[in-house]
Amino acid sequence: MKKETNKLAGLEKRKAISGYLFISPFIIGFLVFMIKPFIHSLYMSFCQVELGAGTFQPHWLGITNYYNALRVDPEYVRLLTEELTRMVIQSLAIMVFSFFVAIILNQKFKGRALVRAVFFLPVILSSGVMLGLDTNNALMSNIASQIEETTSNISVTAALENILRTAGVGVRAFEEVFKIIDQIYDIAIASGIQIIIFLSGLQTISESMYEAADIEGCTKWESLWKITFPMISSIFLVNWIYTVIDFCMRSDNKVIDKIQTIMIGQLDYGLASAMSWLYFVVVMLFVAITSFLISKGVYYYD
Amino acid sequence: MTNKVKVHKYSNFWERNRKSNGYLLQKTIMGYAVTICRFILLFGMCFLILQPLLTKISVSFMTQDDLYNPVVITIPENFTTENYILCNELLTYTKTLVNSIIISLTIAIVQITVTTLVGYGFARFNFPLKKFWFACVMLVVLIPPQTIASSLHLSFRFFDILGIIKLVTGNTINLRGSVIPYFLMSLGCMGLKNGLYIYMIRQFFRNIPKELEEAAYVDGCGTLMTFIRIMLPDAKPILTSCFLFSFVWQWTDGFYSKMFLGNIKLLSTSLARLTDTLGAYLMRITGIQTSVSVAYSNCILSTGTLMMIMPLIVLYLFAQKGFVESLSSSGIKM
Repeated sequence: MKKETNKLAGLEKRKAISGYLFISPFIIGFLVFMIKPFIHSLYMSFCQVELGAGTFQPHWLGITNYYNALRVDPEYVRLLTEELTRMVIQSLAIMVFSFFVAIILNQKFKGRALVRAVFFLPVILSSGVMLGLDTNNALMSNIASQIEETTSNISVTAALENILRTAGVGVRAFEEVFKIIDQIYDIAIASGIQIIIFLSGLQTISESMYEAADIEGCTKWESLWKITFPMISSIFLVNWIYTVIDFCMRSDNKVIDKIQTIMIGQLDYGLASAMSWLYFVVVMLFVAITSFLISKGVYYYD
Repeated sequence: MTNKVKVHKYSNFWERNRKSNGYLLQKTIMGYAVTICRFILLFGMCFLILQPLLTKISVSFMTQDDLYNPVVITIPENFTTENYILCNELLTYTKTLVNSIIISLTIAIVQITVTTLVGYGFARFNFPLKKFWFACVMLVVLIPPQTIASSLHLSFRFFDILGIIKLVTGNTINLRGSVIPYFLMSLGCMGLKNGLYIYMIRQFFRNIPKELEEAAYVDGCGTLMTFIRIMLPDAKPILTSCFLFSFVWQWTDGFYSKMFLGNIKLLSTSLARLTDTLGAYLMRITGIQTSVSVAYSNCILSTGTLMMIMPLIVLYLFAQKGFVESLSSSGIKM
């Protein structure tokens, strides 16, 4: 009897060892390329780094770099606040947009495959360097403004904007909404992955739930709020985190740009590390607080 | 028999409508309205996404005169392929294309091989501290690589393994500008978005029934052999989509390429510098310091962008199922 349990323990042990062997690349990589540079960059952010021939010398400075980043550098704080507000507004807009599109794409209609293909195209076309190229493409905006000029009489949004402005209802809030509408292209191309994630979530909801609700006399609108929303609320959390993080890593992010210019252009590694740490801490705090708030509302089915 | 009669009796639409007190008509109209609204919305949004691509295509065939001609908006008056020829020269297209293909392909293969191993390890084995290590994977997904960029930059500038190399040669190695650091990072699962791949692959393996594996163990198959011969063939869909994503993201990536692969001419990094290259090129030809006009440089830029994404679009057209369907149907279940 005892022998048998021993044997089981041996098997368990062997499985544990092979488990570790399987994930060992990750552990090594994590320690060498993540933890070490992580601590190192934290240390460097308190230092003045001098590059010599073949060596580099960190000199302890205390919080001078942080002080410089926040109080001396003319741009950093402005860029940081700007990026953060942009992040909040755009992430919210991306969530709403991708949820909406996912619901439409989940329905059955002719040409669905084609539409899906088009909607996921941005996953390819808006990644990496392409994003930065598109945003400061003056010719494109020229063409856009030209089109706008020639068609300004028939622009629905402009007319609506005018009406609401003159009516004077909640001007500030409307301005934000109009800003989002003007950025709809940015939002559409940034939401490819989110749509996929929402779609995969929507497909896990069983059809019978909707049928039951339908028989009980539930309208589509009600079943959206009472069934769809709670069932995929956990996906909202995942998507929210992904959206925020993705926004931080995009190459048209001005804070990242600033950090890279300081690091590669001015070779001031200490200041660059301090700036990226500040950015990282702010974003992490934001993610932590918002995902805590969202996770309170998440409903787990099983 | 009675059933058949009933169907025949109410087959007329208006009859059926009258029987249902107008409900049927209402419902049919609603159905059509929804279809039409959906069509308009989707058409608009698809156009929104495709429009920049279409504009780029039309602009890339324009001559310089057409760019400033206010009458010409989409269809060029003087059709030309000169822009492509110029771009080909500026980007040294064939060479950079081959470089890009080699780098993206090898890195994608390395990354997917390693992340598959790790993802499988997380999905199927129980070992102490498993939760802790998985939290670390999540951390890798969350930490923007920019945070550690400066430090990584330095550690590869003065690369050393525990001080051994310095002992032997008296100096550290400068690995910046070579491919080695990035391959090392990929081997350690620290490449572009590798945490995400680990997560997706783990989710996939968790959904495969355990009995398959156990049968193999009972028959005396080792863990590695089981993994290769039993589990891998099943995981094809998720591996293809991860591989495609890895390939595409590596192809367009600017951050890692700029940091580690600065000396190798890749399409993404060459494209980012295209406007400067164009200026230098024009200066060399005319011999005068000229600033390139905004419209022309943008025209060349969109031609370059098109040339860069052309292989990706071809890939997407052929492997669209691999990108989308496998992910949305079987892939990520949170």
